Amino acid sequence: MSKSASLATIGSIRGDIVAAANTNEEQYVTFTVGNEEYGVNILSVREIRGWTPESRLPNLPDYVRGVINLRGIIIPIFDLRARFGGGTTEVTKRHVVVVVQVGERTRGILVDAISDILAISQDQIKSPPTMETGMVESQYLSGLFTAENRMVTLLDVARLFAVETGDDEHANQRGVVNDRPH
Amino acid sequence: MEDLQQFKQTYFDESGEFLAGAEAGLVRLTPGNVDLDEVNAIFRAVHSIKGGGGAFGFSELVAFAHEFETVMDGVRSCTIVVTDDLVDTLIRANDVLGQLLAHARNGTKPPPGFADPVVAALKRNALITGDAPAGPESAGPDVAAATDPTAAVRTVTIRFQPKADLLMTGNDPTFMLRALKHLGTAEIECDVGGLPTLAHLEPELLYLQWLVTLTTSATLLDIQDVFEFVSDDSLVEITEHGTEAVNCSASTTSASPVTPATASLAPIGGTGTSAAAIVGDPLSQLTVYDTPVAAAATATETAKAATGKSSATGDGGHLNLGGHTIRVDLDKIDRLVNMVGEMVITQAMVAEHVRDLPPGEFQELLEGLEQLAQHTRELRENVMSIRAQPVSSVFSRMPRLVRELSSETGKDVVLVTAGENTEVDKTVVENLVDPLTHMIRNSIDHGLETPEDRIAAGKPRTGTVHLSAQHRSGRIVIEVADDGRGIDRPKVLQTAVKRGLVQPGISLSDEEIDNLIFVPGFSTADKVSSISGRGVGMDVVRRNITNLGGRIGVYSAPGQGSRFVLSLPLTLAVLDGMVISVGPERFVLPLTNIVESLRPKQADLHGLVNKCDVMMARGEYVRLVYLHQLFGIPGAVGDATKGLVVLVETEEGGRLGLVVDEVLGQQQVVIKSLESNYRRLDGVAAATILGDGRVALILDVAGLQEMSQHARSPAPRQITDASIQLQAL
Repeated sequence: MSKSASLATIGSIRGDIVAAANTNEEQYVTFTVGNEEYGVNILSVREIRGWTPESRLPNLPDYVRGVINLRGIIIPIFDLRARFGGGTTEVTKRHVVVVVQVGERTRGILVDAISDILAISQDQIKSPPTMETGMVESQYLSGLFTAENRMVTLLDVARLFAVETGDDEHANQRGVVNDRPH
Repeated sequence: MEDLQQFKQTYFDESGEFLAGAEAGLVRLTPGNVDLDEVNAIFRAVHSIKGGGGAFGFSELVAFAHEFETVMDGVRSCTIVVTDDLVDTLIRANDVLGQLLAHARNGTKPPPGFADPVVAALKRNALITGDAPAGPESAGPDVAAATDPTAAVRTVTIRFQPKADLLMTGNDPTFMLRALKHLGTAEIECDVGGLPTLAHLEPELLYLQWLVTLTTSATLLDIQDVFEFVSDDSLVEITEHGTEAVNCSASTTSASPVTPATASLAPIGGTGTSAAAIVGDPLSQLTVYDTPVAAAATATETAKAATGKSSATGDGGHLNLGGHTIRVDLDKIDRLVNMVGEMVITQAMVAEHVRDLPPGEFQELLEGLEQLAQHTRELRENVMSIRAQPVSSVFSRMPRLVRELSSETGKDVVLVTAGENTEVDKTVVENLVDPLTHMIRNSIDHGLETPEDRIAAGKPRTGTVHLSAQHRSGRIVIEVADDGRGIDRPKVLQTAVKRGLVQPGISLSDEEIDNLIFVPGFSTADKVSSISGRGVGMDVVRRNITNLGGRIGVYSAPGQGSRFVLSLPLTLAVLDGMVISVGPERFVLPLTNIVESLRPKQADLHGLVNKCDVMMARGEYVRLVYLHQLFGIPGAVGDATKGLVVLVETEEGGRLGLVVDEVLGQQQVVIKSLESNYRRLDGVAAATILGDGRVALILDVAGLQEMSQHARSPAPRQITDASIQLQAL
């Protein structure tokens, strides 16, 4: 049960955050998708859970896997691999969903595996190389971090699926054809 | 500060209830039929609003409430005669009070002079008094500044009969008698009839009672106050003389003055019983009056100690306070409802998993689970019932509407309501106001004839509108029926043709014609009145009702009237649905949308231009919509002759055939929002969680129809009402 172990770790680390608050350090949960490693701020992570089959949503891009039942609330699951153009993930029992909280809203991110929890201070974060204009990606990259000899891409979860979840004003421009009250 | 804010909130909440209660009471107030209990309740409501307003320093509100209260007090003490004009003024005053409350709540100032016309009307009314020889009037504006308006000088008989052990509680009757003397001229007689023989006399007990004849201008409340501390330990009976001529009772406006001691009355309210028992035989003719009965039956004002006290101090002065209640934040209840919903799902999930266990081995487990299932069901019903409210909160608004409409249209109308206590979810109740208002307007404006026409048709001059509610098979059914002229079918058809809603020369059944009134943009009123006839009538009602998951039907007989029947779910949190499957996915179709499901033969299917398939069903051609195509689901059956066609009907009446793989069964599902964590999707109304814990989407039939039109048929959209589908295709 490596999942519950990592949950426990997160819990204890959350407790340490107060201690770490004086320094410039913040905790990041890192996970792998293929050969790449990504990190999100631990404060936005609500829980980490094993993969459960999703219910598909109609007529959406492939990185929107569908919705699952998280103890009575319905949350969308996004496939990070598909989001970065790597094709849809072939899920196994070992795949993991990182449940993140953005404001009042909860969503899940499908990743391959949890890898680490890192304490990173702000001055250790390198800004990503300037990308071509028009590449959306730069919006949700909050920086790069070198851990030993790996590069960890730090993601801004609030922006990661902002468009798809209707969090920002882009949502209003999307064709909401049917605005009937229900 | 925070605390004060919280109290303010409570005050506004309560005041809202008081206002609603007062309005309901005022509407029932009719000349010659004055229910003193109701008048008292209204008085208390206004008084409570005034009292609370004073505590928070809402001076304008208090000043106005005071005028209002003064008049109500006059009505209460029968010094002001109830007339139609008075009732109108009071209703207006109630409105103004509500507006002032709203201003106070928002922290805004009402425009200067805003309440003046009503205040003037109130003052004018305060001067209109009964023609009783009641001595100087004092309820007028000149003494309005006094905290409690005083009543006329008259004679009051007070029978004061303390409990035998009164002295042991440290009370002394002398004080009360002395206090009474301060109120006016008192003649005090002591009744020693209760004294036992010396041998049986207990020196610590009190055997005396008193009869005081008091000539005073003090109000009843003042007199009751004297006995405030002993009211639990004594029998106090106060009878007013000299005001009998102003008779508040409905039937006996000319009743002869009643001699109080001999008045035979319905005995004995709750608190009085013990007191009466103590006095013993010789005095048993002294009955404790139960206030409502006594007040209605005679002109005597009897103070039952408890009632008097509560109205004097304002505690417990709630209207219709039926039992113990508690005010709970709605969010808390919703969370509870949500959690119980989860429990039901989890329980169903467990039940599904253990179903395959060998019964012999796991007998106890299975029995336990069966019990758990029962308890969960019960729990859910109980929790749902917390949110339930009687429809009376909506029904009670209607008499006023009818009253207004009646005077606007010049038609005599009586509203008869039934089943006000039928309970339904709060949200449903709240959303019923508009549709019901509209339907009753419609009934009075279009349904009922003018008095002349009615008499000419051999009907009673006064039209009747029936409004009733009842539970029927897990739904609430509300009917609005009138005994008017019924739907004028030729005229409806003619109008529909004129508006281009129906092609000329089409023959429609009576039912189809009746249903045309629900088509958007339809109105038969010859001229647009201020009441209805703007053409935004019944179609809006229908949409409101269907948005609540309900249906509306109309039944009409020419010359005899029309009947509108609403059927609504008891709660919005749960939906009756049909679970269907398409490929590996499962969906829920709201049962209200489903007409029938069938497997068509190849011969029933036809291709139309643009590759749109149509099917013959029940004598109509219905367009087929392949759900797997629309939603892009792989691995579905796809062939209507091998799968199933579910014939569905949208709220607007348009029909289509949804091609699905299988119909899995009917189920009650808990509605979950997709938007709270994601966003709206076309063709999807909401989501739910099925017994196995998986999410299923609840389909939005109207959305599907729209999607399919955008996706497949570029042909111009036809009018899609069911009743005119015939000619549309």
